[in-house]
Amino acid sequence: MALSIIRIFRRHGRQYVKDLRKSFIAEGFRGRPVISSDITPDEEKSAVNVCPVGAIISGPFTLDLGRCEFCMECSFASAGKIRFTNDHRLATNNRENLIIKAGEDIPITIDQAKVRKEIRSYFGHALKLRQVSAGGDNSAEMELNAAGNVNFDMGRYGIEFVASPRHADGIVLTGPISGNMAEALQICYDAIPTPKIVVLAGTAAISGGIFENSRQTNRNFPETFRPDLYVPGNPPHPLTFINGILDLTGRK
Amino acid sequence: MTINTNPFIVPLADIPLFDYPEFFAKVNELMADEGCHCVTYHAVPLGAALRFFCCIATDHKKDFVLLSHEQAAPPIPVLDSLTVSHPSFHLYEREISELYGVEFTGHPWLKPVRLHNQEAGSRKQKAESGIIHPAFRIPYPFFSIEGEGIHEVGVGPIHAGIIEPGYFRFSCNGEKVLHLEIQLGFQHRGMEALFLEKNTGIQRAVLAESIAGDTAAGHSLTHAQLLETLAGITPVKALQIERIIALELERIAVHIGDTAALCTDIGYQFGQVVNEALRTIVINTTQSWCGNRFGKGLVRTGGSHYPLGGGFIKLLLLNLKEVEERYLQITHEMFTNPSVLSRFEGIGKVSARQAGMIGAVGMAARSSGVKRDIRWSHPFQAFTDIVYEPVTLHQGDVWARAMLRKQEVEKSILLIRDLLTGKDFEREPARPVYELNLRPSSFALSLAEGWRGEIMHSAVTDPHGKIIHYKIKDPSFHNWMALALAVRNQEISDFPLCNKSYNLSYCGHDL
Ligand code: SF4
Repeated sequence: MALSIIRIFRRHGRQYVKDLRKSFIAEGFRGRPVISSDITPDEEKSAVNVCPVGAIISGPFTLDLGRCEFCMECSFASAGKIRFTNDHRLATNNRENLIIKAGEDIPITIDQAKVRKEIRSYFGHALKLRQVSAGGDNSAEMELNAAGNVNFDMGRYGIEFVASPRHADGIVLTGPISGNMAEALQICYDAIPTPKIVVLAGTAAISGGIFENSRQTNRNFPETFRPDLYVPGNPPHPLTFINGILDLTGRK
Repeated sequence: MTINTNPFIVPLADIPLFDYPEFFAKVNELMADEGCHCVTYHAVPLGAALRFFCCIATDHKKDFVLLSHEQAAPPIPVLDSLTVSHPSFHLYEREISELYGVEFTGHPWLKPVRLHNQEAGSRKQKAESGIIHPAFRIPYPFFSIEGEGIHEVGVGPIHAGIIEPGYFRFSCNGEKVLHLEIQLGFQHRGMEALFLEKNTGIQRAVLAESIAGDTAAGHSLTHAQLLETLAGITPVKALQIERIIALELERIAVHIGDTAALCTDIGYQFGQVVNEALRTIVINTTQSWCGNRFGKGLVRTGGSHYPLGGGFIKLLLLNLKEVEERYLQITHEMFTNPSVLSRFEGIGKVSARQAGMIGAVGMAARSSGVKRDIRWSHPFQAFTDIVYEPVTLHQGDVWARAMLRKQEVEKSILLIRDLLTGKDFEREPARPVYELNLRPSSFALSLAEGWRGEIMHSAVTDPHGKIIHYKIKDPSFHNWMALALAVRNQEISDFPLCNKSYNLSYCGHDL
């Protein structure tokens, strides 16, 4: 038995991603899109028509990553003039930064001036988060779980998900907010001591995504509380989430 | 009417329409056979009437029986409840009652399924217009047990970990659970209505992937083959095989992830970390295929954006070999470790009789000795060319549910390998087709065996070929009841382990 355990450990090896700040995801991953400046009006039109969530509008031509479900259909419809790069750094505190403009290839970053002061002084060394799924489809939830697993191990930064809102410094919301969860979400938010942060993880949480205009969702929460961080994705990749949190809290 | 293909389509006019008493007798007669289970029973408003469709699968004969009855509404139909003789109908009847106000005489308790919290919204309007059952106007009614020393424990809807919401109420005698009631519906997003409101092919494909994001391949496959049937398209063999590979990769990933989670819940960290890392390899393989770790975007109607190519096939086979070897090692270690076994064996037992009664499907059925697997009984896509023999274990406890995962992972890896050998995937890759002409005035139904079990999608079209009703059933619909039964007479502290051993879907149930 002891021998076989050693054998398993050997093959298991070191699993953790050494440098979460520098590591990247292989080509093919659907990350930050870049719209070619020579996209033709016809290609624009077919991209607009094909998008299931109205994330693309023309005049001027833009793609809103806060609404995007990352289905790639616009890329296929525009002969690749909209290209999804493998840049996983998508999180920002400024909703405007999620609007991708044609001909621009600019990394998405945190707007330093907009970060509330207390975030860095209180949460710069450790951050405990309470996750609430409100109509989430369990993919974003699984990726948030993965952020703490043996590979990504964000616990190394003192960042963790906790069981009670009383122990938490903020809330990470997933899902479009089902009407049936609106009250529980509010109660949970209220139970977190101030100062606290609000993180919207995944397209559904940011804008409702494909669930926009469903009669069974309730979008009051993100309209009442200004989110501190938007983490786009369907679902957001653990590296997107972790780097977003680290950038927001001013970590190296 | 008997049908022997999956998926299938029938003109509405051809579906036998019975008087309710006759329908009632026929369903009872069919369901008396233990090798039968009901895959859907739902109502569709057609004109001024409600048309009820009931599809019963005969597992051993590998076919379906489709029956229907029709009721004028209003007035509110009052019907004898089928639940009295076949408890597995309890949720179907509750759902119909919640949506259309139908009364089922003799039903033990017509509680809300998904719309319990909506005192102010749509439910109130429904209540005022008289089409909602009066029982739903009051706060959610829980079953309660009274007596000396009996206490209740309520958990949820928000739970301690990163997990979807649902409410559990335990009635306990000391540490022992006498009864668990599971109240769901918190995740209700109005999915079925959205399938009608958002009606482009791409919108529906994205919706199908979000029914339960952990079953993106399963639900999108079920959806795609439903629409293809409605449009009269048969996917080419290579595409069928790709879909099965997507489905089985999803199964492998989740089963390994669940193996890890079961280890976590018994404090066996070694098993947890080793399995977690293996799951990562599998989902990253899926990502190399299509750019998404959950296989979103992979299954589409009529074609694929990600046809299997030589380079990826090589990577897939290599990674599966690696995962297979390491998974076999760690599970061997697990299942021979006495402290693991003592936490798995005999915990959360559900008997074959119970599983049959509640209409359990998929893993929940097979781990309790009920041989029920759509890949075997009603083969779809490339399964029509294979004889798939399901894994069935009779113990019905946590051990069986863990062991079932292990054996299914092995089987799925072999299956993928078999599907890939000697096949020529070099083909003119067909792109997805979203503009489909659907056959008018028809009823279509599609089943697939996702990792949790049988997934059902069904649609009805109008005389212009427009979808006017869309129905979805995740395996969790039935299987939550299995969890409630599993914890009876267990220590309350065994609940998390039992829960993990089923790993049911909240959003899949709530829609
Ligand atoms: S990838 Fe995003 S922007 Fe493009 S079509 Fe899909 S949802 Fe719309």
